[in-house]
Amino acid sequence: MLRVSLRTARWAHAKVTDADIAAFKEILGEKNVLTEDLDKYSKDWLGKYEGECPAVVKPEDAEMTSKIMKYCNEKNIAVVPQAGNTGLVGGSVPTGGEIVLSVEKMNTITSIDGISRVVESGAGVVLQSLEDALLPHNLTVPLDLAAKGSCCIGGNVATNAGGIRFLRYGSLHQSVLGLRVVTATGDILDLRNKLPKDNTGYDLKQLFIGSEGTLGIITDVVLQVPSEMKSSNVALLGCETFDGVLRTMQHARSELGEIISALEFADARSVEMSLSHTGNDHPFADGERPKYYLLIETLGSNEDHDMEKLGNFLDDVLSKDVVTGTIAQDGTQTKNLWAVRENITVSFKDFGKHNLKYDVSLPTSDFYKCVEDTQARLDQEVGKGECDVVGFGHIGDGNLHLNVISNNPNVSPSMEPWLYEWLTERGGRYVFFLLFALCYL
Amino acid sequence: MLRRTLPSSMRAVVGVKHAVDYTIKVQVKGGQVVKDVRHSMNPFDEIAMEAAVQLKEKGIVSEVVAVTIGNAKAVECVRVAMSLGADRSVHVVGDQTAIDNLETLQVAKIFAKLHEELQGDIYLMGKQAIDDDQCHTPQMLAGLLNIPQGTFAAGLTVADDKSSVTVQREVDDGHQTVNVSLPAVVSCDLRLNTPRFPNIRNIMKAKKMPVNTMKIEDLGIDLTPRTATLEISAPEARKGGGKVADVDELINKLKNEAKAI
Repeated sequence: MLRVSLRTARWAHAKVTDADIAAFKEILGEKNVLTEDLDKYSKDWLGKYEGECPAVVKPEDAEMTSKIMKYCNEKNIAVVPQAGNTGLVGGSVPTGGEIVLSVEKMNTITSIDGISRVVESGAGVVLQSLEDALLPHNLTVPLDLAAKGSCCIGGNVATNAGGIRFLRYGSLHQSVLGLRVVTATGDILDLRNKLPKDNTGYDLKQLFIGSEGTLGIITDVVLQVPSEMKSSNVALLGCETFDGVLRTMQHARSELGEIISALEFADARSVEMSLSHTGNDHPFADGERPKYYLLIETLGSNEDHDMEKLGNFLDDVLSKDVVTGTIAQDGTQTKNLWAVRENITVSFKDFGKHNLKYDVSLPTSDFYKCVEDTQARLDQEVGKGECDVVGFGHIGDGNLHLNVISNNPNVSPSMEPWLYEWLTERGGRYVFFLLFALCYL
Repeated sequence: MLRRTLPSSMRAVVGVKHAVDYTIKVQVKGGQVVKDVRHSMNPFDEIAMEAAVQLKEKGIVSEVVAVTIGNAKAVECVRVAMSLGADRSVHVVGDQTAIDNLETLQVAKIFAKLHEELQGDIYLMGKQAIDDDQCHTPQMLAGLLNIPQGTFAAGLTVADDKSSVTVQREVDDGHQTVNVSLPAVVSCDLRLNTPRFPNIRNIMKAKKMPVNTMKIEDLGIDLTPRTATLEISAPEARKGGGKVADVDELINKLKNEAKAI
């Protein structure tokens, strides 16, 4: 049985002085050092975590980043690297006395090669901006997530963000060809390779992908990007049993094959909360409210071929486990169907003051058992009706977002370490390794 | 056009255009609009379809006919209309050149010609198509058929005896309510309703429903364009703004750069 200790030791870092602030200004220029109105940087996106922040520094390139890190290393000043500050687990904001090093100024797209499909950009380029720049080249970014309009590619790489297209385009470990990184001592590691196949030496860049700023600060990213697919379809299907969802997913994989680009799951309560929050109409105009929802997206090069595949798939599953559903008929309906999925997280605060979030990977067949067992445990330990347990997530990748919504502030002890033990027994993992981040502060 | 006897049941004819999708960033290359992009039902026509289906659900309208005029792919548009509740559909098909050259007057004339057969009691259309933004067809159709029109509808109520329809129109400084006798043409505006998602079983059924296909050149209408396109260009890219240090600099920039004063 796994016993996990949540006690962390704080590193005794130096307190930032006026002399330090002056030095930062000397290195970066007056306009790149902020000491007032720091909420945007010192508070997290959920408004849950906030720490005392003496300054925010914004280097414009790897050289400036290197000088700042050298200085901070000599003076024992703690640094929190920050990109878009869209993380949901408090990893990008200070907890007390650290400076924030924001990569937002490193926001130039250096080059786009339409033939080899390689793009080089600064870490501070917003994902949506990168996508917009790639569009005229008939290219697209290999990941997509709800925070697209605010998150930066540097942050995506540092956290090895998955997102909804993981199913189609794989992990950033695969798409990232090269990086430029500044280490804690100020060394610049130029690992900016542009070739898709390069087996020379050790693949050092892999260590930084997903390192969450603990091994170095990413200043530049070189990405292999896929071609933009013209034909896209989004369908939202409803099933009455979770086994039905699994069977439908298997049909989707074999009948839609290479055109599948996303498979997302949500239970009835998540969808209810999301729609209540946005005020949008339920997509099922026939009044049906199934227990489980499956959102399927296809991306392909030929509309007719894709529609034929989709038609065959739907004919098949409509006679089996799918009780109702809809297909988006235009770009706006596509956005609205995705909005159902994307607004689940933000809706939770309407239903409870406290929200415990667990981003877990586990065998797909155990997916919903995790939600059911958690609800049963909390009904017993905390009290029936005290907690709402919901599940949604990237079912195609075996990645569940388990959420507990409650007005009761004392739910954690009933969840941890019980949940970790439950997962470990089934070979699962806690994906967003919050503990890892806390250890280094 | 003389009214036949007051109908006990009404037929709604809905015009649906296969237009460039609302979410597409239109590009101009070589002086031409890049057309090989996603197309879908014009959003205002979706609203018109929703209005027709709601009238049918209330028992006011007994039959909804969807009509589209476009290239071969435009049949998708009437299939969507049928998945939403249209009982039958008409697809007036032309080759790409014929459709590219089509002007709103000819579109209105085609609908007027179809009226001979369809005898619609109410013509529902989107107020304008989002690719050309002309906003002509509903008004011209009413003129050609010599029937009344209620345009930019944000509210729509059919009289109990089905002899007229009250249309709440969105106008620049508020709303104007008109009551027009049927048959009439009503063009639909944004706030009339929220179009529903089609049900998946209806989408599958609609794929197999028959569509009445007619060739545009067989309708006996003169399709010669009356206008010539001189130039197509993309709007100027938006330049970034800037901060000024004081009023003097502002005046300087307004005078010498923006040439606004």
